[in-house]
Amino acid sequence: MRQRWPVLVFALVMAVIPFVPGLPPFWLVLLDNIGLAALVAIGLVILTGVGGLTSFGQAAFCGFGAYTTAVLTTSYGLSPWATLPASLLVAGLAAVLLGLITVRLSGHYLPLGTIAWGISLYYIFGQVELLGRHDGISGIPPLTVGGMALVEPRAIYFVIWLAVIVAAVLTMNLLDSRTGRAIRALRRGPVAAEAFGVATARMKLLVFVHAAILAGLSGWLYAHFQRAINPTPFGLHAGIEYLFIAVVGGAGYVWGAVLGAGVVIVLKEILQGALPILFNVQAQFETIVFGVLLVLLLQIAPGGLWPRLMALLRVKSAGPQADVAADAAALDPRPAAPAASASLLRVDNARKQFGGVVAVNDVSFEVNAAEIVALIGPNGAGKSTMFNLITGVLASDGGEVSMQGRRIDTATPQQIVRLGIARTFQHVKLIADMTVLENVALGAHMRGQAGALASLLHLDRADEARLLAEARRQIERVGLGDRIDQLAGSLPLGQQRIVEIARALCADPLLLLLDEPAAGLRHMEKQRLAELLRQLRAQGLGVLLVEHDMSFVMGLADRVVVLEFGTKIAEGLPDAIKTDPAVIEAYLGAAA
Amino acid sequence: MRLDTTILLFLLQDGVTNGAIYALLGLALVLIFAVTRVILIPQGEFVTFGALTYATLAAGKMPGTVWLAVLMGAVAFMFDLWTLRHAFRPRPLLRSAALNLGLPLAILALISLLAGRPNGVAVNVILSLIIVAPLGPFLYRIAFQPMAEASVLTLLIASVGAHFALLGLGLVFFGAEGLRGPALSSASIALGPVPVTGQSLAVYGVTAALIVGLWLFFGYTLYGKALRATAVNRIGARLAGIRTSLSGQLAFLLAAVIGAVSGILIVPITTIYYDTGFLIGLKGFVAAIIGGLVSYPLTALAAILVGCVEAFSSFYASNYKEAIVFTLLLPVLILRSLAAPAVEEEHD
Repeated sequence: MRQRWPVLVFALVMAVIPFVPGLPPFWLVLLDNIGLAALVAIGLVILTGVGGLTSFGQAAFCGFGAYTTAVLTTSYGLSPWATLPASLLVAGLAAVLLGLITVRLSGHYLPLGTIAWGISLYYIFGQVELLGRHDGISGIPPLTVGGMALVEPRAIYFVIWLAVIVAAVLTMNLLDSRTGRAIRALRRGPVAAEAFGVATARMKLLVFVHAAILAGLSGWLYAHFQRAINPTPFGLHAGIEYLFIAVVGGAGYVWGAVLGAGVVIVLKEILQGALPILFNVQAQFETIVFGVLLVLLLQIAPGGLWPRLMALLRVKSAGPQADVAADAAALDPRPAAPAASASLLRVDNARKQFGGVVAVNDVSFEVNAAEIVALIGPNGAGKSTMFNLITGVLASDGGEVSMQGRRIDTATPQQIVRLGIARTFQHVKLIADMTVLENVALGAHMRGQAGALASLLHLDRADEARLLAEARRQIERVGLGDRIDQLAGSLPLGQQRIVEIARALCADPLLLLLDEPAAGLRHMEKQRLAELLRQLRAQGLGVLLVEHDMSFVMGLADRVVVLEFGTKIAEGLPDAIKTDPAVIEAYLGAAA
Repeated sequence: MRLDTTILLFLLQDGVTNGAIYALLGLALVLIFAVTRVILIPQGEFVTFGALTYATLAAGKMPGTVWLAVLMGAVAFMFDLWTLRHAFRPRPLLRSAALNLGLPLAILALISLLAGRPNGVAVNVILSLIIVAPLGPFLYRIAFQPMAEASVLTLLIASVGAHFALLGLGLVFFGAEGLRGPALSSASIALGPVPVTGQSLAVYGVTAALIVGLWLFFGYTLYGKALRATAVNRIGARLAGIRTSLSGQLAFLLAAVIGAVSGILIVPITTIYYDTGFLIGLKGFVAAIIGGLVSYPLTALAAILVGCVEAFSSFYASNYKEAIVFTLLLPVLILRSLAAPAVEEEHD
């Protein structure tokens, strides 16, 4: 269990603040504003900092929340509390619609897309008659609790900060779960996540909606706090400011959002108050200082303030603790294990062209259970392309690939891993800021059941413990038990490759695809790896291996397939391959 | 109101004129992105600065941008000093002092001498360009050069920061009131029932000349080729002896000049406020993105399209003009994303 007491202490401190004698009421207004901004920024942390989707348009979702309750309470006389579900629903639905468009955008098109609809929505808010056009809507009733209207900043303070703390705890719950690992894997690119069964587009939509609902909640609170709204706080500049808050705090940290909101809003207040006196001019100096500070901050501390603060206080952030995982029940194994030497993978005349280049030219081979097949060939022979065809990353241009008799050449990576094919990557694709345990647990993603809602409420703990226990077993199996709590990015490259093998094993595969697993390993480590692969073979696994280290391959493989310029030039036992004239020519050039 | 031929031609003229200006801005954005990977949100501020500097000079006053150039030059000089603190050499220091301190002060002296006199339009245009042009390289030196290797997203956020700072500075130097400048040409010719203003013709002419000029620059000059090399591959360009920081400053110089020219072209047509440039720049953006941030001709075409969409939507649904123009971007972005190959973006 992650330690909860810092959250409790924080909640207690926040609960006591309004009772401090002599506290200027203005400070409470400031704290209310900080809470409102922190809600939006927490959403941005998971969306941008963790999920890697930069949104300049979050303020628009505040607008959806605020306008929904404003219209329902003023025009239809609903009570403020009754409109809360409606506000969240409208913000969520808007996020689904905009998200369906936005998450399809790749690279820098995505933030530009959010700028586009962020501006559009601002103008639409300002033009719709129902929403009061540019004047907005006033006369919004305050929230009431037990017949008491929460008009004073001190009264609504408790509602706002309760919302912030609940949102922060739920968001941290979500991140510390099966779904959370999938979200954290998004930033590393879709290929690795999809190879272990994560539906990346759906995950992106999920975080998009999560962030939008938090923004909608903030908008709903804002409407009842200010009692009047207009389009200005929901425009692009506000959206940029929320992103600024998240970046200042440290975009990857939930509490960084709260810190960032505090720093930015207090700073803004000071600048607005002090600068005109300082310079004796009526100008928006705070805008200038703001922009300059943002640029400087990115140059000096691109990671934000929260990690700096934690380093200063010498607090180490810990991932889920590995020791709880030891006694959890095991995951169900694959129902029907294949008989030894049964055929697993059949590649029949597979073909892939990139423009005029034939990367894989009608290649055929098979891999059986309890067999290690090596795929070798000079650089550019098409080995990695072959891997990508088998695992569904690339669509083939011809031929057939089947697994246990089922065609997979049109299947998605998620379906293929479910059929029992798990892989490692030539360029290691681990999430550097996640621990080895968490990285490996991602491999078991499709074997878990708990959904996002269960994760939010931490109803997933039994499921989660079983996933972590499985990850722990696989890490020990590959001999990295003493590294389990380290960040994956801190390991030497050779060991990162072994972590990838453990992650693939977590998927309970029948067939393991290893792309240069021995690269970067020392002699002893290579021997241990070979030993592990022999063990896996003895347990009935099929292994397809791309490798350049010939002594490693020849001592280990049952059969060798040789590719050159995309074409299979030889296949056979290691000893026969070593003396094959075509192979020697491919590697060494024509015999002198 | 019904759409007849006269109105159609009016709208087209309006659309193409604005579109030509968006095209210039779109080209600048493409250039900056290709060379430095910065998505230049403050491009609009160069437009504002160009427009307001020209209008202020035409009104016989001293434009505040002169002081801005002195200020930014001083900060850029400080950045150079900081960079040189470990390996101090006199030559780069002198060069930096001349460019960052000497040049803006010389401009200040020149403008103090000439402002307030009844200068012609041509003199004011040239003076405006001289004032605004150095702001580009200074901005690059201060905001982007220290983080040239950061990710596109980090650069984008920094770009937003720079936009805020320059926007605020614009308000400081020019105040909240809008200005209009004198037209470059007061001639007018009739095209059927519609008079085509000399200003429109000037816009078309300048845009065409600038596009041809850029084409010649990139195709036939050493600096142009260096910029293209940097755009294709930063590391490769460095290995070939091209200073990528110089390429960045050069690209920003071009962007500032193009922005200022756009501003001077547009300020006789519409009143420009300190914050108008942002929206104008964003429309250049829409064009640049339609061009995929890589293609100059496609960007120019897209800009004309954006101008026409804007003109016609202001006729049919003027309240929703901005919303329509920016929503136009979404289908384009989707098509772009679908067309882009599904390459894994490596973050190492």
